[in-house]
Amino acid sequence: MDTNDSLRVASLWHLMHAISQQLSPTTGCSEIELLEADTFDLHIFQSLTGTKLFVVCEPGTQHMEALLKVIYELYTDYVLNNPFYETKIPIRCELFDINLTQAIQKDRVALLGR
Amino acid sequence: MQFFGGSEISPSPPVPTATGNNAHMMYVFNRNGVCLLYREWNRPLHTLNPQQDHKLMFGLLFSLKSLTAKMDPTNAEKGNLGIPQLPGLGCSFHSFRTNTYKLSFMETPSGIKFILVTNPRTGDLRETLKYIYNLYVEYVAKNPLYTPGTLIRCELFNTALDQYVRSIA
Repeated sequence: MDTNDSLRVASLWHLMHAISQQLSPTTGCSEIELLEADTFDLHIFQSLTGTKLFVVCEPGTQHMEALLKVIYELYTDYVLNNPFYETKIPIRCELFDINLTQAIQKDRVALLGR
Repeated sequence: MQFFGGSEISPSPPVPTATGNNAHMMYVFNRNGVCLLYREWNRPLHTLNPQQDHKLMFGLLFSLKSLTAKMDPTNAEKGNLGIPQLPGLGCSFHSFRTNTYKLSFMETPSGIKFILVTNPRTGDLRETLKYIYNLYVEYVAKNPLYTPGTLIRCELFNTALDQYVRSIA
């Protein structure tokens, strides 16, 4: 999926989010947290500032919310605290990428014992 | 998915997985977006009038299916966003959850879409929706007085549906 597709998916998602709030049967609906499909699950975490983190994983993976929170912490540490990073541009911070890969490896080891 | 079973209603009703409140509401759409059925059991909040509500729901499902097919990590060859997906073609979602409700979705090969909105703690409702589809086949599709593509006005179907939904929650 290239950058254009990512942008399209992101804007479509924003629309879906708004519509799903309209269709809620009760008050206080904040956001879609989980989308389950045939071949993958999509977990979403929204911070208080409105930044959304998406994780695509295998169906039925547990403890994704914890992983999302860990990734959000990494984001605040390595991206937002980076003085050369401007908001609204794609993230290109090496330390963030390294730590992200490490966090996912650790998670995979913990979950699957591999 | 096994859609063509025997003459009795099959599969047998699945073990109830839902806890807590009853289901909120249910929609049935056909492939053209016509809302064939809308049942409401517990809906405190109405944001829009019924026509807009149905249109919005159908549009949401169409876009979510398109998005899911595009985001599928296992499928290398994907069309562009917005291409109508044939039933069964490409990866389709079966549920999504927010903090106030869980929406379960099933599309049959004939394009009939079943949507059940329940409380967020509900488990996997795919078997439930399959059972409801079989109820539809028995009471609606096999009803000689029912014209496909119109609003469902079969009392037996409504009663059976209410009874079944009450039993799963």
